[in-house]
Amino acid sequence: MIEFFQQFTNGLAVGGIYALIALGYTMVYGVLKLINFAHGDLFTFGSYLGMTFLISFALSGALPPVLAVVIMFLMVMGCVALSGYLLEKAAYLPLRHTPRLTAVVSALGASIFLQNAIMLFYGPNYEVYPDSLRISSSVNLLGLDVPVMRIIMLSISILLMLALYFFTQKTKLGTAIRAVATDQAAARLMGIDVNRIISLVFMIGPALGGAAGVLLGLYYGQIRYDMGTMYGLKAFIAAIIGGIGNIPGAMLGGMLLGVLEAMGAAYISPAWKDALAFLILIIILIFRPTGILGERTAEKI
Amino acid sequence: MKIASKLQLAGAGVILLVLPHVAGPYWTNLLNDMGLYTILGLSLNLILGQAGLFHMGHTAFYAVGAYTTAILATKFDVPILWTMPLSGLLAGLFALLAARPVIHLRGDYLLVVTIGIVEIVRITLVNNVFGLTGGSNGLLIVNPISIFGFEIFRPIHFYYLILALAVITIILFYLLHNSRFGRALNYIKHDELAAESSGINTTHYKLSVFALGAVWAGMLGTIFAAKIETVSPQSFSYSESVLLFAIVILGGPGSIPGVLLGAFLITGLPELFRELQSFRLLLFGAAMVAMMIFRPQGLIPPRRRVYDVQKYLARFPCAISSRVPNSGAGTAGTPAPNPSTAGAE
Repeated sequence: MIEFFQQFTNGLAVGGIYALIALGYTMVYGVLKLINFAHGDLFTFGSYLGMTFLISFALSGALPPVLAVVIMFLMVMGCVALSGYLLEKAAYLPLRHTPRLTAVVSALGASIFLQNAIMLFYGPNYEVYPDSLRISSSVNLLGLDVPVMRIIMLSISILLMLALYFFTQKTKLGTAIRAVATDQAAARLMGIDVNRIISLVFMIGPALGGAAGVLLGLYYGQIRYDMGTMYGLKAFIAAIIGGIGNIPGAMLGGMLLGVLEAMGAAYISPAWKDALAFLILIIILIFRPTGILGERTAEKI
Repeated sequence: MKIASKLQLAGAGVILLVLPHVAGPYWTNLLNDMGLYTILGLSLNLILGQAGLFHMGHTAFYAVGAYTTAILATKFDVPILWTMPLSGLLAGLFALLAARPVIHLRGDYLLVVTIGIVEIVRITLVNNVFGLTGGSNGLLIVNPISIFGFEIFRPIHFYYLILALAVITIILFYLLHNSRFGRALNYIKHDELAAESSGINTTHYKLSVFALGAVWAGMLGTIFAAKIETVSPQSFSYSESVLLFAIVILGGPGSIPGVLLGAFLITGLPELFRELQSFRLLLFGAAMVAMMIFRPQGLIPPRRRVYDVQKYLARFPCAISSRVPNSGAGTAGTPAPNPSTAGAE
């Protein structure tokens, strides 16, 4: 039973990362009906940026650790948001009115480009996050030893998701995003600047993805230039599980996938962990293609 | 066929036949890779280009074929060439099984599922299922291909084998393109709903083309296994699938000359710029984005089908005799094709 709960909390921590990345996929898919394949690599980029800021700006030495991490998070989110914005302008904006395959191929190209740019800059080997910031202690929660890092990760991802949820549900800009996702033409008629909203979505999504990258670096301690492909695909699967285009769905899907994967690795076999995610995807698409929370079925898939 | 194009074809044939003798083993090996990618690209082109199904899992079928050969050759000592039909058959069956539940999925959902199929196959191979696949080290094939006692093991031997296969593939797929089957696929690509309404069983055709493409990839897997000698999961990764996908998309989906050019450029150009080795994938990614912005239809887009209606009508003398004397062929109202406008898309 202890093993079960350990795997459960581990799954939730990783699931938080999946959920944060999945939000970027689901928001972009919501407004553009495009799988942004480069999103996984923006996540990697965030991870590397976080490491760079921590090491080269000596953030971890000069400031109290908590403050250093907060500043680093904000810097990473800002930088990745900017690169998301540039990516959209360079690779997707010129393809707004072309067949969907064109934009998908462009996204794949952008993904290859980003991944190799990161590799050329940082090198093809594993990079290590500074150890001083990785808390290895654990606390006793209801008789269970839970590593503090998991609790911190889960709280940060839940905090970011709540912030996004309130932003999209309660603010004027958030309403505009939902309007564009529902019907672009009608949103334009209501006076919403659709291009600005799409730019905004391409900044929010990558910002969350970048934050997820930093969390991953802090959790596992090592990162690699090509990890974005796998995490990106899994996060996209999480978005489909929850119902693509649906923001709470992406959060739920991410957590669910994280927990299922941790359970699968523990009770079936760790070697089949990656295959499990794809198996879940195929099963979901056969039996409930709109996902768990997806309700819009106007478009037949 | 005009004399000039006949001469061109003959010239190209002579060059292709002589080339490996001039090029030396290293370049011949590269030409072999190019040939394999060309044939694989053509078989993917059936699914992705002709039928318009977003399929990025072609290496999975290739892997099934290569591993069938490797397992039969190493564990059961079956001569390699004999495994080729079985490789194709198993790959085709696997494609049918894998595609059946997901064939109705729309565009990019199918894309993600096919990526999933590649990953599942790769992980299955790495995990050494039933102790057959040799795990991440793969399997080592020791006995070469032999055709009537002649053993094929040097690059130049493979060159002629692959060239022959490529020529057969091009001819067959050209005939297929212009057949009832090929037209049905094109119809599905352009408007699936309309195709279904006019009596085309879309599921049947989509599954058939998946199976056909997979059979071809599987048979090619046999050649690949014999050529590379060590069959291991690294050869069938996701990035390999992306490469194949890019060959078809950049060359011109649905166009056989386009795929030939795509395979040539994507496998050949990086070798010519070896100094830029580390930058080549970076440039490749940038080129994919640029292509989609400036030339989304591919380098050589497929030519629009042109039908000579007059020739068709001539086969029905009764129809002609009642109409032609009054209206006259080629005037307004007759659906005669106009070559100058109907030449290309």
